Amino acid sequence: MEINWRDYHSGDFYDELISSPGHPRKVARQLAKHLAGLSSEEIAERKHSAELAIKTMGISFTVYSEAGNIDRAWPFDIIPRVIAHKEWLHTEKGLIQRLQALNCFIDDVYNEQRIVKDKVLPAELLADSVNFRPECVGMKPALGVWAHICGSDLIRDNDGRFYVLEDNLRVPSGVSYMLENRKVTKRIFPELFENHNILPVTEYPSQLFDTLAAISPRPLEFPEIVVLTPGIYNSAYFEHSYLAQQMGVELVEGSDLVVEDDHVFMRTINGLARVDVIYRRIDDLFLDPQMFNPDSVLGVPGLMRAWLKGNVAIANAPGAGVADDKVIYTYVPQMIKYYLGEDPILPNVPSYLCVDKKQRDYVLENLDKLVVKPANESGGYGMLIGPQSSKKEREEFAARIKAQPRNYMAQPLISLSTTPIIGSKNAEPRHIDLRPFVLQGRHSSVTAGGLTRVAMRKGSYVVNSSQGGGSQDTWVVVEEDK
Amino acid sequence: MLSRVAERIYWMGRYMERCENAARLINVNTKLLLDLPRGVSVGWGTLVEIMGLDDYFSRDTQNADERSVMRFMLADTHNPSSLLTSMANARENARITREIMPSEVYELINDTYWYLNDYASGAVARRERHLLLEAVIQRVQQFTGMLAGCMSQNDAYSFIRLGRNLERADMTSRIVDVGASRILPKAVEDNSANEPYSNILWMSVLRSLSGYQMYRQHVLDRVNAEDVVMFLFQDPLFPRAVEHCLSELTDCFAKLPNSDQALHEVAALRRQLKGADFAALMDSGLHDYIDTVQSEIAAIHQAIAATWFLPQVQVSA
Repeated sequence: MEINWRDYHSGDFYDELISSPGHPRKVARQLAKHLAGLSSEEIAERKHSAELAIKTMGISFTVYSEAGNIDRAWPFDIIPRVIAHKEWLHTEKGLIQRLQALNCFIDDVYNEQRIVKDKVLPAELLADSVNFRPECVGMKPALGVWAHICGSDLIRDNDGRFYVLEDNLRVPSGVSYMLENRKVTKRIFPELFENHNILPVTEYPSQLFDTLAAISPRPLEFPEIVVLTPGIYNSAYFEHSYLAQQMGVELVEGSDLVVEDDHVFMRTINGLARVDVIYRRIDDLFLDPQMFNPDSVLGVPGLMRAWLKGNVAIANAPGAGVADDKVIYTYVPQMIKYYLGEDPILPNVPSYLCVDKKQRDYVLENLDKLVVKPANESGGYGMLIGPQSSKKEREEFAARIKAQPRNYMAQPLISLSTTPIIGSKNAEPRHIDLRPFVLQGRHSSVTAGGLTRVAMRKGSYVVNSSQGGGSQDTWVVVEEDK
Repeated sequence: MLSRVAERIYWMGRYMERCENAARLINVNTKLLLDLPRGVSVGWGTLVEIMGLDDYFSRDTQNADERSVMRFMLADTHNPSSLLTSMANARENARITREIMPSEVYELINDTYWYLNDYASGAVARRERHLLLEAVIQRVQQFTGMLAGCMSQNDAYSFIRLGRNLERADMTSRIVDVGASRILPKAVEDNSANEPYSNILWMSVLRSLSGYQMYRQHVLDRVNAEDVVMFLFQDPLFPRAVEHCLSELTDCFAKLPNSDQALHEVAALRRQLKGADFAALMDSGLHDYIDTVQSEIAAIHQAIAATWFLPQVQVSA
């Protein structure tokens, strides 16, 4: 196929590259022209080399299925998604502001709980939160930071603005694929990097290392940092090992660690070695069988005690997931005002809380127009997509909402923006989202762009890679004034 | 480094070496069969016996034909030592430890796995087989070279070398055993004028270890059983000789912490090898002698595991 932008129609949706058939956006003009100049053989050849590179580099993700775990090649489309630098600067500020407020919030709820006493957040919302860990009350982690790494999902609506869809504060993944997407694109389109001023993404592993080093309980020593993985069968194992490799630190499993005298050690060929910082990629409830799930063999007995005594730092801190709650999410704009005294730079998607009588009535009357989400599920489970639902499903959801209003919130169905992918005859529009990664330690930083996930099926909103979603390299491009 | 990682990377070294040795063995057996006259019963089943796989091979090794043995040795995923299985095991161990080696090395292993996965079952015919086996040998050599050239000579590197040399010592002793104890007596029975075939046999043993030229330079005599056995067991300079592999182990142990027990084991075996009277052993008892060498090699492995690897995880009550 060859690409002809005049025949590319994204319909009513905001398209990232093409503003109207035949007219690329200013920031994407050079890229669009270059792509349109490629012959069908050249496009097929680039596509093939990308597939080959992904296979050889072993860029994979694990899918759970009935037949066991299967390693799949990472799904990738060769057309890059483009964001203008000026717009990104604004978004970046908004993300940093957001994570700072979230960290103030987490620190507050495990200590003074001022936000509840001042009635900015209703007390019952916190009391009913399933990710609130009473074990963490009174803890004061280094720098007051609980969530050191945050992956926020951004979407762009018809109006062309970025909205925050959710914040992932537990074990957000995907950053390794962002880095590998760039490597693959450099291999197959080296010429594009000469003609475009594209912000690099390669600094992330050193920024992550610095963030982790900043919270070491032994600031005078060179910090011993480890990445804690549940093991090779975890869907994000590739990423765990990739980050350990890029940071030059050990990748450990629970069985490699042992707690003695409330200090954490790892078993090495030299004997036990002290561990200072754990970048954990396993959920709270599996961290320590002595404190949480006693059946878990993934964690380390005694780890929580060592953490509470301040002898080891854990990122993200246990309990940070309290702010991951979709009901708490609706309060982030208020948090920004309350803790930072600033106006939120990035808007939330408009949301309705079922726990509030007036908002609940609105939700119940408009179930056919709204998306209803449970407060604490992830991965898109247990949702009602109103416009695509049956009358029976809506009745069921209405009953559930009435029974447990705290557990539900609703949002209008957002018309996710589109971007072109290589189709069978021409470039074709597909819906996308964006997950930038935000770090907060002594300093804050945001990746230049992030991981763009693409719903590969026409018309679909499902961007999740285990359900057939794909990805594209994400460029933040500095425009030259001409 | 972590004990678990040390264990994984040691096995990666062993499996990579096992692939290369298996490829060499299949290659040389093919050539040997072309050289020997009809009636000499060096069959394809010998390959299965050398690898110690009689239990897994579902057919009679005496009457095994080329096609089924080749399929079993190259691509059978139920065979724990087929080329494909060994490479899959090497890759799995490399995948778990990929953060500690240069990424090009992981890519090479991964790529070789995919190559075997795609082509091994189609390489039963001799011509394609030869190309495939040469490619495997070259890639494992490339793996060794990349590590020597690009990886810090740290503890992790020592564990890869340990795995490689222990596997290599084991395989060399196995090949000599098969030549001396299994093939030769049969060839003698089948053919009263055995002398020329005995030479062909020992030449092919040397060739399977790429050692023919090195042997000629070193021994300065025509190929004969006793000298070949001594060369392959006692030569300190030829990289595939057992003594050389053991000196590599000594070298690695000296760089690692807490290595007393392992050093003790390897020193005992080296003393034993040095004192062995191969002239006497050739007449009788070589097979039994090689058996004791192999159990000593297993003891060295046990010492390595007990000293450095992760203790079996105790599930607390």
